[in-house]
Amino acid sequence: MEIELSKVAVSSAHGEDSPYFAGWKAYDENPYDEVHNPSGIIQMGLAENQVSFDMVEEYLEEHSEQALLGKKNKRSSFRENALFQDYHGLLSFRKAMASFMEQIRGGKAKFNPERIVLTAGVTAANELLTFILTNPGDALLVPTPYYPGLDRDLRWRTGAKIIPIHCESSNGYQVTPKTMEVAYQNAQSMNMKVRGVLITNPSNPLGVTIPRSTLEEIFNFVIQKNIHLVSDEIYSGSVFSSSDFVSIAEILVSKNYKEAERVHIVYSLSKDLGLPGFRVGTIYSYNDKVVTIARRMSSFSLISSQTQHLLACMLLDENFTEKYIRVNRERLLKRQQLMVNGLREYGIECLEGNACLFSWMNLSPFLEEPTMESELVLWNSIVNEVKLNISPGSSCHCVEPGWFRICFANMSEKTLEVALERIGDFILKRRANK
Amino acid sequence: MKLLSRKGAICNTHGQDTPYFLGWQEYEKNPYDEVRNPNGIIQMGLAENQLSFDRLESWLAANPDAAGFKKNGVSIFRDLALFQDYHGLPSFKKAMTDFMSDIRGNKVEFDPKNLVLMAGATSANEALIFSLGAGEGDALLLPTPYYPGFDRDLKWRTKAEIVPIICSSSNGFQITKSALEKAYKTAGKKNLKVKGILVTNPSNPLGTTISKEELNLLVDFIDKKQIDLISDEIYSATVFNSPEFTSIMEILEERKLRDTQLWNRVHIVYSLSKDLGLPGFRVGAIYSNNPTVVGTATKMSSFGLVSSQTQHLLGEMLSDKIFTQNYLSENQKRLKKRQEQLVSGLKNAGIHCLKGNAGLFTWVDMSHLLKNKTFEAEMDLWKKIVYQVGLNISPGSSCHCSEPGWFRVCFANMSEATLDLAMVRLKDFVDSLLTSSTSTSTSTSAERRVYKTKSGSRWKLFKWICGLMFDKREQDEWIDNYCF
Repeated sequence: MEIELSKVAVSSAHGEDSPYFAGWKAYDENPYDEVHNPSGIIQMGLAENQVSFDMVEEYLEEHSEQALLGKKNKRSSFRENALFQDYHGLLSFRKAMASFMEQIRGGKAKFNPERIVLTAGVTAANELLTFILTNPGDALLVPTPYYPGLDRDLRWRTGAKIIPIHCESSNGYQVTPKTMEVAYQNAQSMNMKVRGVLITNPSNPLGVTIPRSTLEEIFNFVIQKNIHLVSDEIYSGSVFSSSDFVSIAEILVSKNYKEAERVHIVYSLSKDLGLPGFRVGTIYSYNDKVVTIARRMSSFSLISSQTQHLLACMLLDENFTEKYIRVNRERLLKRQQLMVNGLREYGIECLEGNACLFSWMNLSPFLEEPTMESELVLWNSIVNEVKLNISPGSSCHCVEPGWFRICFANMSEKTLEVALERIGDFILKRRANK
Repeated sequence: MKLLSRKGAICNTHGQDTPYFLGWQEYEKNPYDEVRNPNGIIQMGLAENQLSFDRLESWLAANPDAAGFKKNGVSIFRDLALFQDYHGLPSFKKAMTDFMSDIRGNKVEFDPKNLVLMAGATSANEALIFSLGAGEGDALLLPTPYYPGFDRDLKWRTKAEIVPIICSSSNGFQITKSALEKAYKTAGKKNLKVKGILVTNPSNPLGTTISKEELNLLVDFIDKKQIDLISDEIYSATVFNSPEFTSIMEILEERKLRDTQLWNRVHIVYSLSKDLGLPGFRVGAIYSNNPTVVGTATKMSSFGLVSSQTQHLLGEMLSDKIFTQNYLSENQKRLKKRQEQLVSGLKNAGIHCLKGNAGLFTWVDMSHLLKNKTFEAEMDLWKKIVYQVGLNISPGSSCHCSEPGWFRVCFANMSEATLDLAMVRLKDFVDSLLTSSTSTSTSTSAERRVYKTKSGSRWKLFKWICGLMFDKREQDEWIDNYCF
């Protein structure tokens, strides 16, 4: 007799049956290696930042006495750190995070360490906020295309629903009051109570920052509907030109923090610092009650005190952070340009991106038919014949077929060039066949 | 403006308002420090293992690569920084399962593939409940008294309920068949579907290992009712006296239940927070023989992964078998000695405890000090112990104990000298209570009699104690309310 499991357990809301993950599986079975497996699949579906490790490693070499535990140093007492499980988190680390977030925003917004709630990654932060802001069956409005992981993070164990705010390439995928209203009405028609809007700024998978005017419109919308606004700013430090990024925090400053208690920012060091393994996320909420409850709930996903200590040392060092933020931006821009220009040579255009670790690539001219099925057929060829794992737009809930997210920061320049060559060959072959 | 969701946010099942946490808050305001605050509150409500850090520290000093992102002298910083695979670092998982086997005298073997890492047992317990499908309308049966944190961990976000398996002091709080049946029926009456039983072995707060008889009883019961069993074995390496620790897995092996359906219904939760004294590092795990549970829990672990930096450090440490074996035996010796110090200190104050052989605390019987056998009287006594005596201990009611007067007192989170002081304070307090109860005063409350005459050394002692806890205004209020 089969043992019964819950709806949660058997639900596919963890999202692992989507192509997004199937591509990963194919890669796992045949991963590219410059030396050992030069004909393997190149991973271009993983939004990792590998271009700036040297700066972090250099810092650790020079500051190992302070940053690492177990050294003979009064300030880095192993015992105290090992015992520290206070869900408020290390004060020094909260100060470090607040300061880092301020620097990324060029000082245009201030962050109070007392509002920083620490969680083991943004995966945990997004789920935690959803538990607090919604009841099972309630809806969050999310602009498409969006990061596929949100299907799991916002819905799986919480029972919340995502109602998409459909965006299109015709206006650069900007959210508008009209599209937000359509999504809102859509939820209402299904008897779902809308609890908030969740945006990712800069956007994953688009690789663009949200303009100030759009942010204002979104903010006005949530005030009008009396709902929350969650702004996932996980890529805020990966905007190539610092003046391009406008954080929701800046909008709040301009309004003197009126209506701020409905706004919550989510951040992490996984992308900007390239440290996804360390599980460092944070919720910054302007709502006192949310801060208190989130803090208690963070017990389920605390950050290792060993890691908090290490990163506190590093992020409080302004010499390091100033240089890191600046150089990281430069390198990401260079890498993006390499890829975008390379693709352009083969007649492939990308959405004009100014941020993140990936580009939003338009392969719709290469579809047999303008359908999702065609997109998946094309994607299959790209994974299995061209041997590149990229992410199909349908896995990001994009309404227009033919768009793909392609990552550029998780490999060497050399590997990127190999990938571009393979794409080139593929395109030429297609043209020849036609 | 009603912005927050009704159930999620406002629900009180996070348990933050119970005495368990209020006692902590009082301690936070006025913590004892040997040098800087010798009159402060001594924390005896925190089950931490602080006795063996020197061992860990000397290992770290001798093995700098482990904390330094190096393996065999080579930097693996990049690999670790990028490693977020929810299957966990293989070397760490192997080291964990080997460690778990060692703790069980190698009577059980654990397969790293069945281990799911999570950020602490808090995270692991919750994820396991989700993975087993206990949610709204479902119940978990837990023997009382139990760790207060379970009210939050098992119920808060899962929306499952806990129905107690009521255990009594008459048989040393052991689990009986009738108590199990009664709990099961109670759940039925509340229209709750029983999903499983969760036990902590060794027990928190009892400080005892669960006997083989009880474990067999549990196996029979879950077989009969076709439900699951979770054994939280977080204190497994803190067993310092006989009887020896028996893991639930041993029972299953003994009864040759491998590969039966029952094999798939039993799950273990573990952590390094207590045995190794590393709660800050957030290292917990679920161990299950049920591949579906392992699969689901693995995906869920995304919500609480263990830092790769920490996985590497502890992977290296636990792979050092010479270190772990020495650590385990030395740690046991120290825990035994410290517990004996507490037990004899309590005895000296005329206080008895349940005979404990494990854990970082003792289950203490202070029912003879209650003015009557009620939980109100227990609360009164507890408040005096916190505010007057300056000891934060955990009242049995916060652990859902069915009988008033029991308290959990921790011994492994302080120095010998501090424990001595705590015992002196306690003895003085008990003496003062008992002396006052023999006076011929007509006052109704034994405690109040102590301070009836506002003169003499006892009054001076009382004022001194009040001075520790309250500011002048509160002091005056307390005196007005409680003294004639």
